[in-house]
Amino acid sequence: MIRFLLRRFVTMCVTLLIISALVFFIIKLPPGDFLTNQIAELRAQGESASVAKAEFLIKQYGLDRPVWEQYMVWVGFMPGQNGFSGLLQGDWGWSFEYDRPVMEVVGDALWLTLLVNFAVVIFIHLVSIPIAIYSATRQYSLGDYIATFIGYIGLATPSFLLALILLYYMNRWFGVSIGGLYDAQYAGQPWTWPKIQSLLTHLIVPTLVIGLGGTAAMIRRMRANLLDELGKQYYVTAKAKGLTARKALLKYPFRMSLNPFISDIGNLLPHLVSGSVLVSLVLSLPTVGPILLSALKTQDQFLAGFILMFVAILTVVGMLVSDLLLAWLDPRIRMGGGR
Amino acid sequence: MDKPLLSIRQLSVDFVTESGDFRAVDGLTFDIPRGKTVALVGESGSGKSITAQAILQILPKQATITAGQIVFHDPNRDTGVDIAGLGSDSAAMRGMRGGRIAMIFQEPMTSLSPLHTIGDQISESYLTHIDSDKAAARQHTIDALARVGFPDPQRALTTYPFELSGGLRQRAMIAMALITRPALLIADEPTTALDVTTQAQILELIKELQVETGMSVLLITHDLGVVANVADEVVVVYRGRVMEAGTRDDLFRKAQHPYLQALMRAVPRFAMAEGERLTPIREVKSTGLAPGGAPRRIATAGPILQAKDLTKTFTLRSGWFSGQLRTIHAVNGVDLALPAGKTLGLVGESGCGKTTVSKIIMRAMNPDAGSVLFDDGSGPKDVHALQGDALTAYRRNVQFIFQDPFSSLNPRMTVYELLTEPLRIHNIGTPDERYARAKQLLDMVGLDQRVLRRYPHSFSGGQRQRIGIARALALEPSVLICDEPVSALDVSVQAQVLNLLKDLQSALGLSYLFVSHNLAVVDYIADTIAVMCRGYIVEEAPKTSLFRNPVHPYTQALLAAVPDPDIDRPLNFEKLRADRFADPSQWPAPFRLAPGEFGHMSEIEPGHKVRLGTAAAKEAA
Repeated sequence: MIRFLLRRFVTMCVTLLIISALVFFIIKLPPGDFLTNQIAELRAQGESASVAKAEFLIKQYGLDRPVWEQYMVWVGFMPGQNGFSGLLQGDWGWSFEYDRPVMEVVGDALWLTLLVNFAVVIFIHLVSIPIAIYSATRQYSLGDYIATFIGYIGLATPSFLLALILLYYMNRWFGVSIGGLYDAQYAGQPWTWPKIQSLLTHLIVPTLVIGLGGTAAMIRRMRANLLDELGKQYYVTAKAKGLTARKALLKYPFRMSLNPFISDIGNLLPHLVSGSVLVSLVLSLPTVGPILLSALKTQDQFLAGFILMFVAILTVVGMLVSDLLLAWLDPRIRMGGGR
Repeated sequence: MDKPLLSIRQLSVDFVTESGDFRAVDGLTFDIPRGKTVALVGESGSGKSITAQAILQILPKQATITAGQIVFHDPNRDTGVDIAGLGSDSAAMRGMRGGRIAMIFQEPMTSLSPLHTIGDQISESYLTHIDSDKAAARQHTIDALARVGFPDPQRALTTYPFELSGGLRQRAMIAMALITRPALLIADEPTTALDVTTQAQILELIKELQVETGMSVLLITHDLGVVANVADEVVVVYRGRVMEAGTRDDLFRKAQHPYLQALMRAVPRFAMAEGERLTPIREVKSTGLAPGGAPRRIATAGPILQAKDLTKTFTLRSGWFSGQLRTIHAVNGVDLALPAGKTLGLVGESGCGKTTVSKIIMRAMNPDAGSVLFDDGSGPKDVHALQGDALTAYRRNVQFIFQDPFSSLNPRMTVYELLTEPLRIHNIGTPDERYARAKQLLDMVGLDQRVLRRYPHSFSGGQRQRIGIARALALEPSVLICDEPVSALDVSVQAQVLNLLKDLQSALGLSYLFVSHNLAVVDYIADTIAVMCRGYIVEEAPKTSLFRNPVHPYTQALLAAVPDPDIDRPLNFEKLRADRFADPSQWPAPFRLAPGEFGHMSEIEPGHKVRLGTAAAKEAA
């Protein structure tokens, strides 16, 4: 077990190192960077004072040095202006666009993103698992067809369109403005009970909108998995033991059908951050998605680099978690080998 | 109180499916007396298993009981219950299911959940039916596991099914079924998936438990040998109807119905006369055999195929988290020789290495040591050194027939595509010639030429296996390696395929390496038989001398374990009780092999060789 974890930890580190290099060099691929673009713009407008500040920043962050040196400094392998101060030392860098440290820019957005998407994941599972079980145990019944039909509509509806429609009708029917994650009056305020209440009511629509497509897909997959398992001999054995239909179903085939979803956790975590950019833009949610998009457009390299690295870490950690969970849940993986 | 435990009267079960409705059980009537074993015998598709499922009300969704009664006279109660009138998920039915009537199934691997421990699954049965606490259930589970022969029942509680051998899994199933002391045990092909020696042990266990508890057993099987050994009464079904019923002695001594007589003639037996032919229930006529007149036989000086001193070990990692490696000696110094135009039978139980040997011969796997020699008429050549054209020629010459006729044919290809694929791969002939060849191949295996456009799913198991044989013959090979070609087939169909293989051999001069666990089948088809155990060839002899005078203790045990469909030759359970015969270090001298020791083959009469330990060889010298 310890050997396994050690082995996995080493591969994780190597993977992250490779990803960080790829991320950095791809961001740097287009000619120029945020500051040189800005300087060119400022020169055109003749604002030489600001130009001086920008040139100072270039020196400060070593943007005039070769790309590989910038990369080493960013990760923290090489000393920069302030000595060793990179991702490894906990310094996330400076966002040129916002003119603030990256930590401040993404701080709130990061955990709000996690909150929204966590709500989405819970919603997807709570809704889709019961429907999938119903559909699978009553295959080709009227209810199954209805669930299937609704599922296809959910899959086919673009989520941003649904967001726009809901935005309009919620306002018209209930007088609720659902843009953002809390009412405008609470922006920048400390967290008080009314602000949390406002947050919770604002969560409903994004959860519904973002979760719909996922729910539909999950119903289809869960139903198919479960149908496979329902035909297996051990389910007949369970019934022949005299268990109630419900208990036999939940203890045996249902548990077997969960395996693919546990392996999916690895994909799910990064999706939490980057999956809902379009909807976040439409609903003007203060999440990481829109920030990442604009950072990439303006080549705000440290901001974009940090968010991408964060997603990468989530992916790698998610894979480890799902592997450990699988081993815990499935003795064949834990103990079987070489077969 | 002389009422039978279970009376089935005019039972009918109808299926409603997309491809049409049909009646699987059609007016079935029979009784199961108290404390007796009733065998329900028939081919697959005869409605045996559906009858069992109807008794427990666990029929598939498409099936319903449309008529008749299943009256269960529980010895603990005064009045009988008509099961057919109960709802499938009603409390009364659930109480009976697993509580008073229990069932064990054919596949012990798939009928236990791989995610739950044996202890959990067995005690669940107890807790469902008997009002008790967890500790009592645990104790009863340990007792039940001990009773069915688990060496360490305490430890067995926390083991998972995949950690156990097939025999132990089936024992766990039996413990699970019997922990509630049911009045009726339904055993649906309980030993079909097991090795013969294990089969004998399981059959004996069921018999013993029956004596202890006084339960009745409904044994569903297609194996007349099993029936002859354990049944008190026999019911023969065909297409959902009873063909013949009576006591075992009546049926086996004077079978009245032509169907039962035919079934009996189709089973290979040891006491068959030389040259006697099995009579399949539906004979296939192979037309168009030997089209070019005389058989095309390769003239070789020695054997056409030879394995010399093959050795193969596998290294397994035992689990994700442990770095431990296990080494398995799959094949230990195997020597085999297949003379041209003859059949060499390779017999052994699961895990003995026979499939590994056939894979090495096919060059699907490389041996650690040793060589395979093939002689195409120009002298023996090392198969594993072949390259380029010579290798392609070897692939043409040696073809394979697989065990599972369902998964060995690509369901997305038509019969025409399946049969001509080998020709396309080897670039033989024009499309017209290939078409003609495909039709000729179908003639050879007795299938209608009109089936060329059809897909495999529309054929029965026997027909598919014939398509597989036709495909193997497409390239006009000289050697066929048959890996358990009939073990997935019904007895009646088995006879058909065996006869076909025999006819093809005499017409085309083929040589067969016939790998099987079924001694009676090998006896019917092979000229020479090699017995394999734990990677060793322990005995090799012409078949007459092997069966007349088996010398090695393992061969003797194997022969003793085969149930013969002859009630005057019952199984000798005593002989098979210990598991020692499958462990080389437990064999009596002079056969004993120390771990890692290969021993050597010693010839005791012409062509009859047996493996002796090195210690014995030193004494002799």
